[in-house]
Amino acid sequence: MSYSESRDGVVYTETVVFAPPEQYAADAPYQLAIIDLDNGGRLTVRILANEAAERARVGDKVLFVEERDGVAYYRKLGTPPVNAAPDSRPLV
Amino acid sequence: MSAKGGDACRQSGKELAKPLGGTPDAVPVLREFSGRSVAVIGIGKTAFGAFPDRDLRSLAVEAVRHALSDANVTPAAVQAFYLGNFAGPSFVGQNHLAPYIGTAAGFESIPCTRFEDACASSGSAFFHAWQSVAAGIYDVVVAAGVEKMTSQSTPRVTEILAGAGDMAGEGRAGATFPALFAMIARRHMHEYGTTRQQLAAVAVKNHANGAKNPLAHMRKVITMEQALAGKPIAEPLTVYDCSLISDGAAAVVIVPLDQAARYNSRFARVLSVVQTSDHVALDSKKDITLFPAVKAAGEKAYAMAGVAPNDIEVAELHDCFTIAEIVASEDLGFVRKGDGGKFAESGCSAINGRLPINTSGGLKSKGHPVGATGVGQICDIVMQLRGDAGERQVARHRIGLTENLGGSGATCVVSILAAA
Repeated sequence: MSYSESRDGVVYTETVVFAPPEQYAADAPYQLAIIDLDNGGRLTVRILANEAAERARVGDKVLFVEERDGVAYYRKLGTPPVNAAPDSRPLV
Repeated sequence: MSAKGGDACRQSGKELAKPLGGTPDAVPVLREFSGRSVAVIGIGKTAFGAFPDRDLRSLAVEAVRHALSDANVTPAAVQAFYLGNFAGPSFVGQNHLAPYIGTAAGFESIPCTRFEDACASSGSAFFHAWQSVAAGIYDVVVAAGVEKMTSQSTPRVTEILAGAGDMAGEGRAGATFPALFAMIARRHMHEYGTTRQQLAAVAVKNHANGAKNPLAHMRKVITMEQALAGKPIAEPLTVYDCSLISDGAAAVVIVPLDQAARYNSRFARVLSVVQTSDHVALDSKKDITLFPAVKAAGEKAYAMAGVAPNDIEVAELHDCFTIAEIVASEDLGFVRKGDGGKFAESGCSAINGRLPINTSGGLKSKGHPVGATGVGQICDIVMQLRGDAGERQVARHRIGLTENLGGSGATCVVSILAAA
């Protein structure tokens, strides 16, 4: 992938949601972040993590994993590239 | 307050509370206000809390009746009704709320209209009510707000409230309102060194105030240790950083200033009311550690009222989350950018401090029936201006300010009021 096509970014801010809205009850706790995309712009995304140590902090580089149902999923640079998404539906 | 605390307050007073200025390019030029001066002649509130046996309409009617009685105005004399309500259709399945409540309150064939601007819904109703009197269209107007939230489960309430954000973007990704303000807090901590203790200091102070307010939802003192050990809701916010899910209503009666004394010698003068707006999605903002809508509303409100931040003697700020009070105290020019956490921790915003903030207990302890909050804040400030706040009464109470925030800063209403 060339740089110009990169969907990666850097965490501008983040939180871990313990009290989800009804529709995401099964996902909690999950990490949510606003990221600054390498190519400009900001996006609210989910950060995938198998354990707390894999969660991203402000300033961490994050890599695009997939997009499902209009939500972009990312993982912190250096964490295993596993699909920890809340369900195993195929990529769209 | 100890001598040491007093010194800290004086120092912050000198250093931190400089009048606004220096960013004229960011402040739209105000046309000189040429309308009539307006006064609040009556206030009325229900208790805020969880009231399983009360319906939305009965709460609103109770608040309106209290306000009319306080104002010495009969329902038949009211010429227009402005109602703030965020989500009656979702919370209780009722739409068309303004005439539904207006007729029950005894209003006769007058315009009754509902305003929805998320948690600033009744701030917006008050702004539009004020406009109609200032413009000379009506002489006797009621602005009110109501919400009935506790009949739904907390996850369902969380989902309904999330609708005040951008549902196609942040909402779809799973952002709740606690999550949005948690991300604001996280960035504020990152840029300015704001601490968990400083956030908790807001909760401890507001609970100390609310414990003395007979109309507050959670009349309970909490300690710093409790606040820090609360159940996590959205890191770094715990349950003690979040306002309450409440039922309640509030109402005010306004008239032209030159008619006010005819109804009630204990009126309050409305020096300014300003409503502003901004992006709904948090990720559309350049800098989330401030609310441009609050800054703009504050600057315009000070200009219209002819006062500076230093002149404000008591304030009700929209502490939907502890971080929101910290950010608002910066945006309104009470302290320098980044010093809001230190200010909260210093004791300067306590009832006996230099600038008492949220003497009602704030949304944190008094409760946050979202549609009622804006007009509720006006009632709380008028109580202080009248000297009626009992053991919560502040020493200096000539000029007060309210700040009502919608969403994560997409609507703001700032009002400045003065004692008669």
